[in-house]
Amino acid sequence: MNFQAIKAIYFFEMARFFRTLLQSFVSPVLSTSLYFVVFGTAIGSRIQEVEGITYGAFIVPGLIMLSVMTQATSNGSFGIYFPKFIGTIYELLSAPVNYFEIVLGYVGAAATKALFIGLVILATAAVFVDFKIIHPVPMILFLILTCTSFSLLGFILGIWAKNFEQLQLVPLLVVTPLVFLGGSFYSISMLPPIWQNITLFNPVVYLISGFRWSFFGNADVPILVSLSAIGFFTFICILIVAWIFKTGWRIKQ
Amino acid sequence: MLLEVNLLRKTYATGFEAVKGISLQVNKGEIVALLGPNGAGKTTLISTICGITTPSSGSVFIGGHDISRNFREARKLVGLVPQEITLEPFEKVISTIKFSRGLFGKKKDDALIEKILTKLSLWDKRDSRIMELSGGMKRRVLIAKALSHEPRLLFLDEPTAGVDVELRQSMWNVVADLKADGVTIILTTHYIEEAEAIADRVGVINKGELLLMEDKASLMQRLGQKVLKIELHKKLDKIPNELIDRNVELSKDGLSLTYVYDTKQKRTGITKLLSELAKSGINLRDIQTDQSSLEEIFVNLVKE
Repeated sequence: MNFQAIKAIYFFEMARFFRTLLQSFVSPVLSTSLYFVVFGTAIGSRIQEVEGITYGAFIVPGLIMLSVMTQATSNGSFGIYFPKFIGTIYELLSAPVNYFEIVLGYVGAAATKALFIGLVILATAAVFVDFKIIHPVPMILFLILTCTSFSLLGFILGIWAKNFEQLQLVPLLVVTPLVFLGGSFYSISMLPPIWQNITLFNPVVYLISGFRWSFFGNADVPILVSLSAIGFFTFICILIVAWIFKTGWRIKQ
Repeated sequence: MLLEVNLLRKTYATGFEAVKGISLQVNKGEIVALLGPNGAGKTTLISTICGITTPSSGSVFIGGHDISRNFREARKLVGLVPQEITLEPFEKVISTIKFSRGLFGKKKDDALIEKILTKLSLWDKRDSRIMELSGGMKRRVLIAKALSHEPRLLFLDEPTAGVDVELRQSMWNVVADLKADGVTIILTTHYIEEAEAIADRVGVINKGELLLMEDKASLMQRLGQKVLKIELHKKLDKIPNELIDRNVELSKDGLSLTYVYDTKQKRTGITKLLSELAKSGINLRDIQTDQSSLEEIFVNLVKE
């Protein structure tokens, strides 16, 4: 294992994050605050409690997931797309590193950033609403798994993308709608039966449900199903990344 | 031997065969210039050796390590300075260089980095962002990145393409310094003067083939040779006896004699030859001399 290389990639990527700390930090805090003002206070006050939890508290896990998933995807994709775009990828390809080390460096950094943003949103939420986390350890675990798997997804997108438009395409057209429709702001049980069934095809449902369980102790789907879903998703992403490096798809001729 | 390339071929997905079975060997401490027009396959050859493109067939050994089976050991020995300036514009000089060192698995060594940057006149610019640097400085940053992990074999892909005369000279000085430090260098160029100025051996590549690989010294010797062509008034059937030892050749039509001589020798033998011709009663119509240049050798090779 070339640990120096993993470290070098990881900290080089983290430096990019710290260089733009203000925007990395301010934008999630601001958008979360807006969500709380609009959904939590203005609209939420007219909504009854959901599953015995105030609406403001109910949306906290969903909001965190929304940001974490979009941030992890975009960080993961940008990290590898940028060297490809400006050409510095030559160095990565000619270095004594294998694909596992490259992925560990880039995905590790992207996941760390997303995790950091998730925790910042959690802290911001605590300012606006009262909530308790019943299962803190699984909560962190879920968060880390989500950050990692979506960073992996981002990594794949970064390699796939041929231009900046494509880079934005999947987070905007796929991830965001899936998260919105995945029960960020409502419980699946609030939907008409037919939509409840359709929703179950949305993988994000399982993640949000599991994450919400770690906060409040109740879930739309059994917690083990949630865990297997995210495990399966991570596994698929790893398989795709392995295939990319084996074939050199879109990175090596 | 530091680098051994055997029958290396690279065919791109488009079907274009960029490298057609090139074999070459490079010894420790040598500077080899690969000369060739644009699109000759020089960059593909280098990229394939460095692992950026996958070879279609053939093998490459660096320091005895196979580049595909033992890629870590092989790549640790290699530094690459690409032709295009590819650097992250928002990064600081020093951090991109430290990144390169780490990527190659080397432990932090601030003293070494300071030494490299000082040598390349970049130490004062270490905290500048890449985008604030001039083109020449950026090129030196690329060299510093490649040197940061202490390569034994350094590839310089067109180090002076699009660079002004002054910078070219300073680049040549950098190469000379590196050679003095024992670094083996392979550089590509399409400037003949560059190959003449810094290389120990010169290879000529065209259309994916290595047409020639020769010591610069012997190439230069060939360059030093001149051909004297003497046109005669009357046809000769054979070379006169007096001239048999003088290394002259008679043309097929018997109307001209050619004499090859070395301009660097003290005695070229021209005076003696001409006086002997006069003694034999041979009348001359015209005399001309001709010099073959590296340029000429190159053009002839590439034309075929």
